[in-house]
Amino acid sequence: MIKLSNIQKSYKLGKNSLHVLKGINLEIKEGEMVAIMGSSGSGKSTLLNILGILDSQDSGTYFLDSQEIKNLDETKAANYRNKFLGFVFQSFNLISYKTAIQNVALPLQFQKINRKSRQKRAKEFLGMVGLAEWSTHHPNELSGGQKQRVAIARALVTQPRVLLADEPTGALDSKTSYELMELLQKINDSGETIIIVTHEEDIASMCKRIVNLKDGKIVEDKHIKQKLASEYV
Amino acid sequence: MFKRDQWEEIIYTISKNKLRTALSGFTIALGVFIFVVLFGFGNGLKNGFSNFFMNDNDIRVMRIFPTKTFIPYRGLKSQRQIRFENEDLKIIEENFGDYIDGISPRLNRNFLAIYKNQSNNFGVRGVSPEYIKIEKIGILSGRFLNQNDINGSYKHAVIGNLIKQELFKSENPINKFVILNGTPFKVIGVFEDVDGDNEEKTFYVPYTSIQSIEKNNDKLGTLLISVKENISYSSAILLGERIVKLLKRKYLIHPKDRGGIFLRKISDELNERNQFATALQIIVSFVGLGTLLAGIIGVSNIMVFIVKERTKELGIKIAIGATPSNILNSILQESIFITTISGLTGLLFGVICLELIGNSLSESFYIINPYIKFSTAIIATIVLIILGSFAGFLPARQATKIKPIEAINGN
Repeated sequence: MIKLSNIQKSYKLGKNSLHVLKGINLEIKEGEMVAIMGSSGSGKSTLLNILGILDSQDSGTYFLDSQEIKNLDETKAANYRNKFLGFVFQSFNLISYKTAIQNVALPLQFQKINRKSRQKRAKEFLGMVGLAEWSTHHPNELSGGQKQRVAIARALVTQPRVLLADEPTGALDSKTSYELMELLQKINDSGETIIIVTHEEDIASMCKRIVNLKDGKIVEDKHIKQKLASEYV
Repeated sequence: MFKRDQWEEIIYTISKNKLRTALSGFTIALGVFIFVVLFGFGNGLKNGFSNFFMNDNDIRVMRIFPTKTFIPYRGLKSQRQIRFENEDLKIIEENFGDYIDGISPRLNRNFLAIYKNQSNNFGVRGVSPEYIKIEKIGILSGRFLNQNDINGSYKHAVIGNLIKQELFKSENPINKFVILNGTPFKVIGVFEDVDGDNEEKTFYVPYTSIQSIEKNNDKLGTLLISVKENISYSSAILLGERIVKLLKRKYLIHPKDRGGIFLRKISDELNERNQFATALQIIVSFVGLGTLLAGIIGVSNIMVFIVKERTKELGIKIAIGATPSNILNSILQESIFITTISGLTGLLFGVICLELIGNSLSESFYIINPYIKFSTAIIATIVLIILGSFAGFLPARQATKIKPIEAINGN
């Protein structure tokens, strides 16, 4: 599903350049649930940006669903993001003046899907995250866990090949975190590839594989026995 | 371009961002409003000044003066004084009658006028009956000169209202005799002239009567020709040139001689009288353009503010698959929508304001009937909308370059 070979990335900071990714090689297969761990400055955010086609690598190759991601213009990058990837952020990032269902339907609007099927699909996905009754509520009327569920529904509504989650539980208490992880595990069980960036050990342990990043390099890459979030709840 | 989704989006963002919308809308509405009102005032001022200085009748009148020649021609030396003759009137009438409303000579004299024990010096003008089509004079009593007076060289006079008051006091002057330069003239009418007091201190007499008391010659002074109303300015100018050409041939003046005959063209008159109005118009346009420019800069500023404020939201949209053109369109459409609505509101209020003011400022500020041409107002509004959107384009373009992760994390 994802194949990264020798990905290099540096940022210019004045006269100096900061070498952030120093040759990342990573292959992620369909249906995997991978935690990317690392302290701040390890390059995990940069890696996520590259995986999410929000930034481009300086060198190395990136294949997403056997499609090479290279020299994309903004429009094409946007279309790929929309089609292949779903994003979940730490701070939920729902659009505050739109209702839950409108937030979920938004990515479909960019695909120019007609209103009726948009509404239908959005409703379906809101139901899947257990928020069918909250569809007409605005984000400020929802709890943190509910907001993140809406965000997950929004990320999945386009049926992306990969779900990218950047510290999805970072703003949630532990109980809500585990509930959310249970949902993500369920989604993963249905075949969705999920990549979670986190620095929390217990969250990482609920994935099937942990990739540890340090100073722009992968220092550890291990498959683990997944802990079921439902056991904690 | 405008689909239901986009309308919904626009309505949403506007209703959720009332202050922002109100601010930007107010700037634009104010810009258009000030433009409309100022432009209207400018036009009102122009009206005021034209009422003062312009006389519609005068505009259509060309004057032909006989002068000295500059160039010797066909054995005739230069510095020869040209004098028009009675037959010139007939010649011009015959050749150009279709274009001419009225033609009259004007022999200007200054005579001592005596009635009973009253006397004073007054201007005396020898003219033809058609003079009434050239000068704005209204007959108060009696009549103006007629062709009989000309043919018979009758010593008849039409007197200005002020002369009547000065010489005749409360007496009825009609059919009384007044002595002009030693010759008795019978008063046949009294006139008033809108151009003011000086004009009303004038005697109008048949030009032939002046000729007869001055050695019985047939020389004319200035020729005044009023052009028919349906003749355009350009053809009026052409007409003037053709008349001059004809007269030059008759009086053996070199065709290139700038002396001999001097034509004061219609356009000359117009130009002079319009210069002031034009200066006003330029000032008004300048002020108007300035206001519009300020409005456009206002729109641009607010667009920068909007993009800044919405950075995070735009970042989210970009992350979940909005293309640059999605972003660009949504921002531009919103700004075009706000600009259009506010622009039209400003336009409406401006026009209403001008209507309400009407002529109330005419007494103290000489602003008469302030107005703005509908087309001018609409064009100004459209220009503001287009340039406003154009000014908004750069910030909107900037918005498409937002890095989503930075935007989202940067709060």
